[in-house]
Amino acid sequence: MIEVDIALNLDGFDLAAAFDVPDGSVTALFGRSGSGKSTIIDCVAGLRRPDRGRVVVAGETLFDGTINVPPERRHLGYVFQDARLFPHLSVETNLRYGERRARTDRRIATFDDVVTLLGIGHLLARRPGTLSGGERQRVAIGRALLAQPRALLMDEPLAALDRERKAEVLPYIERLRDRFGLPILYVSHAVEEVVRLARTVVRIEHGRITGIGPVEEMLSGGAIGDEHGPATVLRAIVKRHDARFGLTALEVGAGRELVTPAVERPIGGEVRVRILARDVSLALERPTGISIQNRLEASVAEITRPSPFIVDVRLDIGAPLWSRVSAKAAEELALAPGKRVVALIKTVALERE
Amino acid sequence: MLLSPEEVGILLLSVKVAAWSVAISLAPAIAVGWALARYSFPGKAAIDAILHLPLVLPPVVVGYVLLILFAPKGPLGAPLRDWFGIDFAFSWRGAVLAAAVMGFPLMTQAIRLSAQTVDRKLEQAARTLGAPPWQVFLTITLPLMAPGVLAGTVLSFARSLGEFGATITFVSSIPGETRTLPLAIYAYTQVPGGDGPALRLTLISVAVALAALAGAELLNRALARRVGAPA
Repeated sequence: MIEVDIALNLDGFDLAAAFDVPDGSVTALFGRSGSGKSTIIDCVAGLRRPDRGRVVVAGETLFDGTINVPPERRHLGYVFQDARLFPHLSVETNLRYGERRARTDRRIATFDDVVTLLGIGHLLARRPGTLSGGERQRVAIGRALLAQPRALLMDEPLAALDRERKAEVLPYIERLRDRFGLPILYVSHAVEEVVRLARTVVRIEHGRITGIGPVEEMLSGGAIGDEHGPATVLRAIVKRHDARFGLTALEVGAGRELVTPAVERPIGGEVRVRILARDVSLALERPTGISIQNRLEASVAEITRPSPFIVDVRLDIGAPLWSRVSAKAAEELALAPGKRVVALIKTVALERE
Repeated sequence: MLLSPEEVGILLLSVKVAAWSVAISLAPAIAVGWALARYSFPGKAAIDAILHLPLVLPPVVVGYVLLILFAPKGPLGAPLRDWFGIDFAFSWRGAVLAAAVMGFPLMTQAIRLSAQTVDRKLEQAARTLGAPPWQVFLTITLPLMAPGVLAGTVLSFARSLGEFGATITFVSSIPGETRTLPLAIYAYTQVPGGDGPALRLTLISVAVALAALAGAELLNRALARRVGAPA
């Protein structure tokens, strides 16, 4: 576990943060750029000294005002946004750099394991300058893992990559999360990444923590959203795969099923789905002769109007689900708390990025 | 063109003096160049100015200052002779010292520029991977500075081969001891019938300089290949 409780003054703005990162899961430090996320992660790594507070990893105090363990003796793996591979060393020598200096009493990963896990065996003889962005980031992750760290710090590791490269690297991060049981602190401002990787979200704005909680709570709701508007994040369990149509059935609480494009997780595995409120339509009766696959019985729990012509509806489907409809539609359906409706969600709207 | 034994002697002495001057300058130049690039401290501007003095002073002045300081009874010459048995007066060692002092600013400047270009984020990454600062310097900083160190070495070597004013003032022009190529050429031009030998030595100088440049270029390409940058 990583325990952080620090404060520092950064060019005239005060930054204070206190949160824990439990073992075996990803905790996302989530906020806009300039909110102080990277500064916090640098304090944990020992690259920057907080003014006061404490940093404890696996029970060892790394900083408390008098103690300040230098970064090389903190045994934390740090994956930077810009990979920071050593340009004068081959991929293999880069990977071995931390491994050679690792403590021998604590081995979490062998060289062959990491190379296989990250699929970088064919790159070993290459120079970093000849790698693609995605390959570079995979090597950087491997290099951090081979230093046999007690925790992993990842500072927007996908932010510099385009969509395709992101999709290439994301599954590797999922794999190492599930494999090594390390606490992972993941800095990001990308909702999709956080939903896919994290269990807990620490939301930070202007150097202050404004909320800590499960991803489902922190990233759902009418007031929260990105450029796509508000959304719902649901925790789900994989129930069935339908190979013929490339679909997966997920259970989203209270026996309700959601059909999504195929999810590459085993049956019984836990995933999170993010449903944009504008992708959720409402009907008063179960429609027939319609392409929409997901038709969920729901009752209206709460209605808000973010603007005169837009209505956000919080539905209860056993879990909360947000729907955004026009004011006209809300009036025609006479939406009011307690009303029974059917929530309609197109399967292809649930494509994971 | 076959060289006479005398010409071979002059050439070997010149290369020996230049090589020694580079050898004794290298470690201090790396330390000073790196410190000037990375740190600011009180008196930095003054140190910087003193280091650059040999570039702007007449070489004769530098030679004369060395003569005062390192004469057998001088403030630095006496202890060096009494404690370490090192004598500079009228010795090739004095020529090495003169060449090193004259070449030092060139070497330091090239190293300093290369130290400024090394990405400190890479050094941070190395720290997080378990390397203490001295290992970071040896495994990351120094290798990435290598092109600048090479350039500084070549500049300083070439400058040493051509050193004249400070050398002749400090340790005079003694055949076989301090008479390097430029001093020998000057000596021939001062005697009747010396034009031919002077011209031969001049051509040797040109050949040595070209060889040094070519060697440096080859090394530089090898280095550039190593860091994956275009040559």
